[in-house]
Amino acid sequence: MRSDSRVQLNNVSYSYEEQASPALSGVSAVIQPGEFVAVLGHNGSGKSTLAKLLNALYIPTEGNVVVCGYNTREEKLVWEIRRRAGMIFQNPDNQIVATVVKEDVAFGLENLGVPTEEMIPRIESALSAVRMSACADKAPHMLSGGQKQRVAIAGILAMEPSVIIADEATAMLDPSGRKEVLETIRSLNRQKGITVVWITHFMEEAALADRVLVVTDGVIRLSGTPAEVFDRVDEMREMHLDVPHMTALAGELREAGMPLRPGILTVEELAEEVENLCPLK
Amino acid sequence: MLNNITMGQYYPVDSRVHRLDPRIKLILTIVFIVAVFMAKTFAGYALILGFVWLTSRLANVPFRMLLRGLKPLRLIIILTFLLNLFFTAGDTLWVEFWIIRITKEGFLQAAFYSLRLVFLVIGTSLLTLTTSPVSLSDGIELLLTPLKKIHFPAHELAMMMTIALRFIPTLLEETDKIMKAQMARGADFESGNLISRAKAMVPLLVPLFVSAFRRAGDLAMAMESRCYHGGDGRTRLRVLKITKNDWIACGVMAALLALIILEGIFL
Repeated sequence: MRSDSRVQLNNVSYSYEEQASPALSGVSAVIQPGEFVAVLGHNGSGKSTLAKLLNALYIPTEGNVVVCGYNTREEKLVWEIRRRAGMIFQNPDNQIVATVVKEDVAFGLENLGVPTEEMIPRIESALSAVRMSACADKAPHMLSGGQKQRVAIAGILAMEPSVIIADEATAMLDPSGRKEVLETIRSLNRQKGITVVWITHFMEEAALADRVLVVTDGVIRLSGTPAEVFDRVDEMREMHLDVPHMTALAGELREAGMPLRPGILTVEELAEEVENLCPLK
Repeated sequence: MLNNITMGQYYPVDSRVHRLDPRIKLILTIVFIVAVFMAKTFAGYALILGFVWLTSRLANVPFRMLLRGLKPLRLIIILTFLLNLFFTAGDTLWVEFWIIRITKEGFLQAAFYSLRLVFLVIGTSLLTLTTSPVSLSDGIELLLTPLKKIHFPAHELAMMMTIALRFIPTLLEETDKIMKAQMARGADFESGNLISRAKAMVPLLVPLFVSAFRRAGDLAMAMESRCYHGGDGRTRLRVLKITKNDWIACGVMAALLALIILEGIFL
């Protein structure tokens, strides 16, 4: 029994066959158990490649990816890795296999060879964890995008993973669906201690993470808490990445001479800080 | 309009016939087809009609739903009737003018063969009306499982059917969307002759195919990431069980077949 549920990347490079420059080059990182890590980057930065390396869908061209103590290079261990590191994809339609919600949740369990009697309670608890129990017998095409993504999460949850990797899972959803999915993942992270690797290009989502990794041109350029990362407004701009509006505003106010503290991410934080500086009479 | 499309012909009510094991239903349908072919007289057909009527009552399926299955085949049935009517040699002449000769024997044979077609269609409709596509594909998979020994891909076949059923509504929705997008750009799908209408389908089909292939790639990756590795060592959420009802159904069908055989010998 290996209890190590860290995710480690040791000097990992990956190149697609048809491309000259590598998608990732020399990336190293350690993700601790129970951590919520956001991976931020613009299109083509290599962040999706990073996600697929964590699930052994891609094998690194150089370096090693070790998930829960299993190296993705060992072909025999691929199922061990995938049951522990579940992955949610971008398109909600293209990851649901079955014609009924609860059967789709069962799909992973069926593949793992879980006996039928054991499957039923696991499906029920997975669906209730994502608040989709009421839709257990519905057809997937009757659900909204956010609901479909929650079904996909339940399908992974039923396999009892230690890590969930979400590869731009909210990119195709409307704002309310995005909120549903993010809240579901956050509560799973807090209540069940599941490690989350949240790949995104939305700053507001990254701001909720414990740690942000910024990926550009196949390397990790910045790493730190959201406050630390977003305060480097100029560097972020240079990488064609935005920072949350309030962080940008705070930066401009600071330049204009207001001595605001660093690490402001939300409207509330900025309002409080401004009020501290110039109290209302 | 798109909501019920996955159901195909399926008539979603609950009944003892609906609850029968799909494997048994598939086998019984085959036996029924054999019985239809073995019936030699109209008396045998009367028996079969009685059986079909009783089954449809038991299944809570209105009889007209069964007849609806005949609609697409009406041309073939009429053609069968007419060909037999005009080209069967016989002695008892009923009508004769110009080159047309209708005899009693010809009429009976025409009626007999077209009724046979009707019963075949109704019998198989009974199966598809009372069995959802998903349990049908389950039944097919389990029935074909013994063939795995000779490397017949039973599991893969059923998985393909399930995925097709899952994606039919998705692709229909997409077709609708692409059609509207192309119409907004001035595409015309409705006017012109057959050839120009077929040509108008190209800007619809190309994006649809491209997207279907992309979906297939995505789905394959999603399935792999959820540990899919073929049918070996796989368990199932839906377990099929043979119940008392199934045995009763088998008994009824055996009785029907026996009566038909007796009718063939003695009448």
